[in-house]
Amino acid sequence: MSSPIVGTTESTPIVGPRAIVAGHGEFAAGLVSAVQQITGRGAQLIPVAVNKLSVQDIEDLLRTRMVEADVRVIFTDLQAGSCTMASRRILRGMDDAVLIAGANLPTLLDFVFAEGRTAPEAARHAAERGRAAISAHGAGA
Amino acid sequence: MTLVLYRIDDRLIHGQVVVGWGQPLDIGFIVLVDDMVAASEWEQDLYRMGVPPEMEVYFHSATDAIAALPKYRADSRKGILLTGDIATMRRLVDGAAVNAVNVGGIHSRAGRIQRMRYVFLTPQEEQELRDLAARGATVTAQDVPGARPVSLDDLIAGAEP
Repeated sequence: MSSPIVGTTESTPIVGPRAIVAGHGEFAAGLVSAVQQITGRGAQLIPVAVNKLSVQDIEDLLRTRMVEADVRVIFTDLQAGSCTMASRRILRGMDDAVLIAGANLPTLLDFVFAEGRTAPEAARHAAERGRAAISAHGAGA
Repeated sequence: MTLVLYRIDDRLIHGQVVVGWGQPLDIGFIVLVDDMVAASEWEQDLYRMGVPPEMEVYFHSATDAIAALPKYRADSRKGILLTGDIATMRRLVDGAAVNAVNVGGIHSRAGRIQRMRYVFLTPQEEQELRDLAARGATVTAQDVPGARPVSLDDLIAGAEP
């Protein structure tokens, strides 16, 4: 009998939610779907869609999701976006929480593999990975 | 240039305004007219963080905005004026001769009925929009520049293209 080559040395993946993902249109569901497809760890992320909601309702919804899931990390898509604005208001009274605005797929992939860190620490690390993962190719680049 | 868009949007500064309108129109400044924001340094800092460095944001109460509008209309850059509700825009229509109003986003809330994907109105708000038109302002709904402007009659009828 030979031992399996793959999957013998990994730590146990975190399976519960660790962060909210929110943004325009289907941004959140799309990114979380991609994380799930690539890693099988999409359950760490809670996608939140805010279409049709007022600013106050967005803030209330994000706050409710954070409390329900007991998470302290929010990833959003755009600095100027309504979800980012609402998240900043939420963080004003939540010293242990962190917001990562401008998140991309590499950001979230790094986050879901950061098992040795607290969620806020993992989020800050993931933000740097996400920033560094953007590159340009072709046309003289 | 001048103020090129007078917009009612309850999200005030957000992606559609800064990127959707701001980039194609080469917007250099935003005039945000809201009594609550004008009274809060913290809220003003929040909105300033949402715009790129090359875009300036000016904050006014409705009363102050009426007096300040001639200065912004004479500005060499293009600007957008934002209010978060219809009543504030009505004060500008009355006091500063705004003749075209863009309904960019009035979102779901208790008591409001959906008219378009991004416009929900109470009966009172519907009447307020009609009042804007009765005062000579052309009122259209349009969330982003690439969308077709929807007339007030079609907006209230819920006839979204």
